[in-house]
Amino acid sequence: MADKTDVRISVKNLKKSFGSLEVLKDISLEVTEGEVVVLIGPSGSGKSTLLRCLNQLEKATSGQIVIDGFDVTDKHTDINKVRENIGMVFQHFNLFNHLNVLKNMTLAPVHLKTLSKEDANNKAMQLLERVGLSDKAGAYPSQLSGGQKQRVAIARALEMNPDIMLFDEPTSALDPEMVGEVLAVMKELARDGMTMMVVTHEIGFAREVASRVIFMEGGYIVEEGTPEEVLDHPKEPRTIDFLSKVL
Amino acid sequence: MVMIIQTYWAMLLKAMGHTLLLCLLSLVFATIIGMIFGLMNVGHNRVLNFIGTVYVDAVRGVPLIVLAYFIYFGIPAGIQSMGFTNFKMDALQAGTIALSMNCGAYMAEIVRAGIQSVDRGQMEAGRSLGLSYGAGMALIVVPQAVRTMIPSIINQFIITLKDTSILSVIGFPELTNVGKTIMGNTFKNLQAWAVVGIMYLVVITILSKVSKQIERRINRGR
Repeated sequence: MADKTDVRISVKNLKKSFGSLEVLKDISLEVTEGEVVVLIGPSGSGKSTLLRCLNQLEKATSGQIVIDGFDVTDKHTDINKVRENIGMVFQHFNLFNHLNVLKNMTLAPVHLKTLSKEDANNKAMQLLERVGLSDKAGAYPSQLSGGQKQRVAIARALEMNPDIMLFDEPTSALDPEMVGEVLAVMKELARDGMTMMVVTHEIGFAREVASRVIFMEGGYIVEEGTPEEVLDHPKEPRTIDFLSKVL
Repeated sequence: MVMIIQTYWAMLLKAMGHTLLLCLLSLVFATIIGMIFGLMNVGHNRVLNFIGTVYVDAVRGVPLIVLAYFIYFGIPAGIQSMGFTNFKMDALQAGTIALSMNCGAYMAEIVRAGIQSVDRGQMEAGRSLGLSYGAGMALIVVPQAVRTMIPSIINQFIITLKDTSILSVIGFPELTNVGKTIMGNTFKNLQAWAVVGIMYLVVITILSKVSKQIERRINRGR
């Protein structure tokens, strides 16, 4: 394993409850620089909740989460500042419907003054080119297909120049023929060394891109390891059972 | 009817002016009140939620006419009894306060419903990019909420314009009050109230047509 300084995400004994429902029971994990961690597991296993706890869209009930050296579970941490470094891509894209593609991308960096308006526009155009949508800068979200929306959403997150990208079922709401274009962008991102955590049902993607696969069920990490270990030679009966259903 | 218009047109127009002034002032304050209490109600701060809910429920639970009496007669009496014997409130001030409070409570509900109609994911996406709650509200949620709020706001504006007539009871010389005066002078009940009614109708019709136009324009420019 890489040495301590490379640790980007460190989760210790994370618990999260919604009312009386305990969704995350005791999660500990570390993600190092450049790792692509894929979270799989049945729905309700807590994968998305774990991801959403990392950038505190859900507040942890107990435990500690340290991102880039900042303890985000500490009330005194400026969570907004930490979030600037954590890009997030959602299942339902969540593009800002009242703004065109370019404005979607430049809103946050210009408002937060991480980029001047001109730089933000230039960067946005470069990113749009990278995701193959340079002709859509002036389009509104309602004029885009699902795959295009998700690629814009990825570009919007990248516009903030994050160190870490979180993907919460990025292809689950897409028509099958559009899954590939989104995964292609994610693969390229992984190749470029982005630290990524991906909740997905795309086992093929996990096999190809993941440096580590984590299988979750019932609020626990049941099994983790390389894609080969977890996907091809699972040890835990629950992992075997799950994989037999999805493969 | 012609006689009434010929004799009283200046008085009627002035009264309509008063009605519109009262309505306009109230709408401005009501919008501010509605924005503040509406936002208090959608936030996650329990104290603010509580204050917002109590305000809306209290104002909605009291008839406007009672609220107007309370503010015009009750509050000055209370303040005078505390030793400020010179305290006075004129009918326009009291009327504006009463109407603003009343309309503000309904506006707060419109704002709350409008904001809650915006998908939660919009705010989450904003927050995930590092925006504060306030910035997310101002730049992302409210601009989208306003679009859905506009028909209800227009409706509320029209209700408020009509509600100004209730304030004739505290003696503010708005249209309905002047209608009473004319009726008293002429004893022509039918004609006097027909003229007053038509004046309301004309103004409100114009207002709704203009509003529809605005609404259409906002929906077209996305």
